[in-house]
Amino acid sequence: MLSTVSTSSHFMPPQGSEVAAGVDTLYGFLLIASFISCVLVIGGLIYFAVKYRRTSPDQKTPYISHSTTLEFLWSFIPFVIFMIVFVWGWWVYMQIRTMPTDALEIAVQGQKWSWTFTYKNGRTSGSEFYVPVGQDVRLVMNSVDVIHSFYIPAFRTKQDVVPGRYSNEWFRAEKEGDYQVFCAEYCGDGHSAMMAKIHVVSREKFEDWLANDPYKGLAPAAVGQKVYAGRCIACHDTQPRSQKNTKLGPNWGGIFGSTETIEGGTAKVDENYLRESILDPNAKIVKGFPMGVMPTQAGQLSEAEISGVIEYIKSLK
Amino acid sequence: MSSAPGKNYINEKSGLWSWLTTLDHKRIGILYMIAVMTFFAIGGTFAMLIRTELFKVGPTIMTAHQYNQVMTFHGAIMVFMVIIPGIPAFLGNFILPMQLGAKDVAFPRVNLLSWYCLIIGASIAFFSLFYNGVDTGWTFYTPYSITTQNGTILMVLGAFVIGFSSILTGLNFIVTTHKLRAPGMSFWRMPLFVWALYSTALLQVLATPVLAITLLLLSAERLLGVGIFDPKLGGDPVLFQHFFWFYSHPAVYIMILPAMGVVSELITTFSHKTIFGYKAIALSSVGIAAVSFFVWGHHMFVSGQSEIAGILFSFITMLVGVPTAIKVFNWTATLYKGSISFDSPMLFALGFLFLFTIGGVTGIILAVIGVDVHFHDTYFVVAHFHYVMVGGTLMAIMGGIYYWFPKMFGRMVNEFWARISFVLIFVGFNVTFFPQFILGAMGMPRRYFDYLPAYEPLNRISSIGAWTIGTGFLVGLAVIIHGLTKGEIAGDNPWGAKTLEWTTSSPPPHENFLVQPVVTAGPYEYR
Repeated sequence: MLSTVSTSSHFMPPQGSEVAAGVDTLYGFLLIASFISCVLVIGGLIYFAVKYRRTSPDQKTPYISHSTTLEFLWSFIPFVIFMIVFVWGWWVYMQIRTMPTDALEIAVQGQKWSWTFTYKNGRTSGSEFYVPVGQDVRLVMNSVDVIHSFYIPAFRTKQDVVPGRYSNEWFRAEKEGDYQVFCAEYCGDGHSAMMAKIHVVSREKFEDWLANDPYKGLAPAAVGQKVYAGRCIACHDTQPRSQKNTKLGPNWGGIFGSTETIEGGTAKVDENYLRESILDPNAKIVKGFPMGVMPTQAGQLSEAEISGVIEYIKSLK
Repeated sequence: MSSAPGKNYINEKSGLWSWLTTLDHKRIGILYMIAVMTFFAIGGTFAMLIRTELFKVGPTIMTAHQYNQVMTFHGAIMVFMVIIPGIPAFLGNFILPMQLGAKDVAFPRVNLLSWYCLIIGASIAFFSLFYNGVDTGWTFYTPYSITTQNGTILMVLGAFVIGFSSILTGLNFIVTTHKLRAPGMSFWRMPLFVWALYSTALLQVLATPVLAITLLLLSAERLLGVGIFDPKLGGDPVLFQHFFWFYSHPAVYIMILPAMGVVSELITTFSHKTIFGYKAIALSSVGIAAVSFFVWGHHMFVSGQSEIAGILFSFITMLVGVPTAIKVFNWTATLYKGSISFDSPMLFALGFLFLFTIGGVTGIILAVIGVDVHFHDTYFVVAHFHYVMVGGTLMAIMGGIYYWFPKMFGRMVNEFWARISFVLIFVGFNVTFFPQFILGAMGMPRRYFDYLPAYEPLNRISSIGAWTIGTGFLVGLAVIIHGLTKGEIAGDNPWGAKTLEWTTSSPPPHENFLVQPVVTAGPYEYR
């Protein structure tokens, strides 16, 4: 089956798994059946419209009220086709939804507007994660705020991530490469920026990555840069603050040491201001930005990570 | 035909007050027409803003927060204030009593009240703009809608009040259909537009209260902190989705069934031929209405409802496809050996058939549960429901306006420009929404303020199409305004149609018929 994987068809994304190939086969059948139905109806429509156009104002038409045979046929034939695609769709769905036993388990946490991935050995990662090729992977997902949805187009799978309960999703990537993840359930201002990447790599590379402490030997600012790339990038740009803002929150470049205009006054941007903005974002809102958009990072970031982010901001000009 | 010469429902009384207190179903229909067209202009402007923002990658003309509000208002206005009241309350109010040979609806005062419910509800909803607006999307999914800004509660209250407008209209139509038919008009002699409105009315009366209760619970949770949907208070957010779609799926048929009724009238009139399979079309309306109560879960295939529930909902959804397919085949068969003229209403009816067929088959694709997991919440869904709601319902509204315009106002619209408006809307529509099927297949999720560069070319095409549709509707508005003031005098029955509303004068007198009509045959006796 490997040969069928990763060919793209009918504008679908490249197939990253066997399940994706199964979905695409059914989708291909549906497209052909739909196309034939449309040609029959719309073709018939155009043919009749041209052939039976009105030629004189007193033209008479035959009185044809109904035909039981025809009406039975065009109820029964669609019914049979619908039942075929229903059962086929059911079969494909069971493959998507039957969780493999013995899978690599990764905990996925959704929050406005980033994803955090945690492995069994405690290794965590933000907005990107690694899995070995050819390995069943099961995601155990929850949300800390509103409903999100973990959508991997290349694997043709998607599942809502609901606060207050766990949901499951699985895949087995058949080919190394990077795969896009979207949030598919509307979750607010950063919804379209809430993305992640899956890196499918060889088992050796994966083991290396998993065992590796991501912050080992890194300067605090470099730790901060990693945290930024995992959690903050959806809403903050590193461009100078003086440049036009294109993301939800203020740009970070050059803010350290400056004086910000906030709601009801001004504030000097120092370490404590930044710390407060990370842990209690609504305490001081920069003028022109709405209240209540940024969620608190308290309990989400370690002390080392908070300090790292502050150092990273200090380094930005 | 008219007795007091020159007197009709329009000039019988004068002054704004006589309109605002009228009990005449035709005048109330016109009030609805003005309201719905105004809301449509606002909702359409929001649509243009959406497509302009999405013309290129990155922020274009607004921020993400503004985009989410524009997207919410577009959806909420179009669903609650345009498409749901569009055909039943506007065209239906005007036409249904006349097609039944009645003087008015059963409860004229309730009818007027329903219009005020719409206006008051809409005003409350618009008032939310002064309280930071609303950014939940028209679906108000919890817990997002519990945590977001204050305007949400006003929008929810507005939708609640508008719901009563819908319930009251439905109630009126059910009673009118049962009690006020002209002598000789048995159920099997009712026009198909009446059958469609009757089926719709059943849905309006039975389903809308569920929305009202759901929105009340949502308000109780927001204002009083009662834990129903918010997991932080011990509630279940997926429960909200069940409640919401238990109304909102039947609501989809509240939107499309009346359009099917209009199209049945248009196809038979402009084919100058009796409808093929009258009983099948009539009963399929009732069948669709009945089954539509049991398919809500197909909006929730990836929500976390049980797999077995998902599979059952997929199965039942397939069953809705059957009566829908019957209608499409019957309309096409009506054209066979007809004598088809291509006046502008018929162009819209044929446009409806074309677009609705595409909307229908893509609906089946989405009903196939294994495939929907990929397509759910992508632009494929956006394209599908616009093909049904805009390609279906709005095409039918436009066709219906042009068709009944001579009856309503006694004048014809300019046929040339009416056809131009059709071409612009039809072509623009396909340019806008067909690329969105491909965007969805490529994996672009819906409700996205911004997108990956790979999606940019198709988004550009889509935006250009949207501006074309906008132009088409502006032309349509000009056609209507021109027709009101300068149109040719129409006569009682300019299309040679057979249903009862065409037997009275145009515009009709106050109580529709000077002599009580007596019905002796079916509605489409072209012999």
